[in-house]
Amino acid sequence: MNTKKIYSIGGLFDTPDGITKAAEDAVKEGYTKFDVNTPYPVHGMERAMNLKPSLLGFITLFVGLSGAAFAFLFMYWVSVMDYPLIIGGKPFFSWPAFVPVTFEVTVLSAAVGTVAVMIALVFKFPNNSHPLHDTNYMKNVSSDKFGLNVVYIDPLFDESKVKDFLSRAGANNIEVIYEPERKPLRVFDPKFIGLLVMLVLLTAGVTYFTLNKLLYMPPFTWMAVQDKLSSQSQNTMFADGYGMRNPVEGTVARGFTPYEFKGQPDSVVKNLSNPLPFTKENIDKGKLRFDTYCSPCHGYYGKGDSRLNGQFPNPPTLHSDKVKNWSDGNIYHVIVNGQNVMPSYAKQISKDDRWAIIHYIRVLQRSLNAKDSDLETKKQ
Amino acid sequence: MEYQKKELPEKVRTTGLLLAGAGLLLIIISYIVDPRREAFNNVIGLMFFASIAIGALVLVALEYLSGAVWSTPFRRVSEFIASSLPLLLVLAVPLFMMMGLVFHWAHEDVVSADKVLANKTAYLNIPFFIGRTIGIVLVLYLFYYLFTRNSRKQDETRDQRLTKTNVKLSAGFMPVAGIGLTFLAVDWMMSLEPHWFSTIFGIYYISATLLAGLAATTYASVSLNEAGYLHPGINKDHYYSLGALMFAITNFWAYIAFSQFLLIWYANIPEESIWFVMRWEGNWKYISVLLVLVRFIIPYAGLLSQPAKSDPKRLKWVSLFILGAHFLDLYWLIMPTYSKSIVFSFYEIGFPVFVIGLIIIVFYMQAKKHNLAPVGDPKLQRGLDFHL
Repeated sequence: MNTKKIYSIGGLFDTPDGITKAAEDAVKEGYTKFDVNTPYPVHGMERAMNLKPSLLGFITLFVGLSGAAFAFLFMYWVSVMDYPLIIGGKPFFSWPAFVPVTFEVTVLSAAVGTVAVMIALVFKFPNNSHPLHDTNYMKNVSSDKFGLNVVYIDPLFDESKVKDFLSRAGANNIEVIYEPERKPLRVFDPKFIGLLVMLVLLTAGVTYFTLNKLLYMPPFTWMAVQDKLSSQSQNTMFADGYGMRNPVEGTVARGFTPYEFKGQPDSVVKNLSNPLPFTKENIDKGKLRFDTYCSPCHGYYGKGDSRLNGQFPNPPTLHSDKVKNWSDGNIYHVIVNGQNVMPSYAKQISKDDRWAIIHYIRVLQRSLNAKDSDLETKKQ
Repeated sequence: MEYQKKELPEKVRTTGLLLAGAGLLLIIISYIVDPRREAFNNVIGLMFFASIAIGALVLVALEYLSGAVWSTPFRRVSEFIASSLPLLLVLAVPLFMMMGLVFHWAHEDVVSADKVLANKTAYLNIPFFIGRTIGIVLVLYLFYYLFTRNSRKQDETRDQRLTKTNVKLSAGFMPVAGIGLTFLAVDWMMSLEPHWFSTIFGIYYISATLLAGLAATTYASVSLNEAGYLHPGINKDHYYSLGALMFAITNFWAYIAFSQFLLIWYANIPEESIWFVMRWEGNWKYISVLLVLVRFIIPYAGLLSQPAKSDPKRLKWVSLFILGAHFLDLYWLIMPTYSKSIVFSFYEIGFPVFVIGLIIIVFYMQAKKHNLAPVGDPKLQRGLDFHL
């Protein structure tokens, strides 16, 4: 005697019209838990079976939107937060570039998610097959026949009544389909779980090794780290070990004319006049440079009464007749060469700045030596 | 159930005449007040009309070519809308006479001083331009004439071979329509900025054309069927297919529009990106953002669910909405050349009202003479039996 449990009773029909009619009859008989299997989609079948629209669409929508959100946020995290790179001069958060990938991931996750959920629901997870598989009924409906089977969960299910209904509806070849004997759930087999764990560890290990060791690239440091000697660092190339090198003897910088009377006595200076025009801008610049470089010793007004008084030999005043009668070239010569205790300022003060300072010195000299006639001029 | 021919009510013709009359009055006033601005609106009106008429004709050919049966009961609606094709020339004639108002390249002194434009004169010159437009409209009308002649003959003779002839004709028609629409788009819209170019521009207009033709057909079909003028066998599954096709082409438009934007944005070459910069500066920015919303997001959401696609009320407002969005799209394509900021007043209203009125009048006249269902078509019964 057969002790296997009946899953359903199926009947085969020859034409799409026949199966549509049979489905309508099954609804009329009051069956609700029956299914129709056809080799191709038969239009109008859902209406004949009186089916409600499937809820699978909402699952697709949900999975698709999740995929879209995941793709977009992942790209945001990668290119804005974790590893920002400037690409094509565009901002880190360049959303138009994210759209194609977001679109692809949406379609992929919606499609894969729909199929996965459908299989899980139809096969009743964790089973991996359906009772109709490997039956004569399934062989026929996947080639040239149309099948209708009433499942045992239908409240009106009764073996002889269903067979009677199917033969009345015009089915030839009525078949009883039994539940397959299911082995204990293989999904929770320790061996299987062990294999899965091993696989996970192996994949993770290989991925980690590949990405972090084999393909490792130093992260982008915004050019903070470079293969060059920074100032003050040791140089192994030269015997003196200095990282900062002097230019070769006699080197002249581009756009720079060396001072022709360098190191020569005061008396040789001739025909050297101030090339800068006597304008407000130049005088302002001269004041700025004078206050920076000259005033520590010479004082803000060039009187030789600076704030270093007593700690350092004081220079003479710039308002003496000697300095007043000097040509601009003489003052220039002193700035470049130095005089007595004063060192050369050629390295600190650029050429234009020296001439600007000289203009300012002339202004100082004039302002501290006002004449009575100045007042007269003012009165007029 | 048999198809019974019924006359459309007088009300339809009156509405059409009123709209066309009001539109014409507005157009004449606008042309007198500000000819340059109205000439730009004339371009919008022409392209709006062209996309509805040619789009409907493409749908007719598409049905023959793909062997679709569900759309056969609606085919006459598309044919009647497409019958307004020759009137395109009526809208184009004022522009032919005033090319210089709209087209920068139509001024000889400008072209001679501009090396880029001087090199383009072999294509961009007034006689060739006018010849192209007239040629394209006439060739498309020839196809329309052949399609409908065969179909009407079939109403009487029930000769199945005529369907076969039309299938062959559609195979020839499709490339002609694609090339013709590309030329129309390049000539009338891309050449407004004669230095700018985009190779996807033709497809952009083709997608908009399909959508406009389908939206007009859908609105007319659903309204006529609700009033009982179409074949009584039409049911919700037919509506669903109309909705699904509108949904698909809406996505197609978004795909093409975004493709055009993405490539230009990514390469960021000044001569290309200037076109989007013009539409992103000042208050044109709002129209650009609005366009994404009304041309894609709202119709997409409105047609997404299955019940929405077969709901006649939903279909009617979505198809009208799509036509409105199509007008906004053309406004966005054309008007930034005229003005650096948004301009909208009675000038802009004349042409769409006139065009819609014209189409309604033509439709009424066609419906008076011919059946609203292709009763002799062998696909009609299969189309009526169509179920999802």
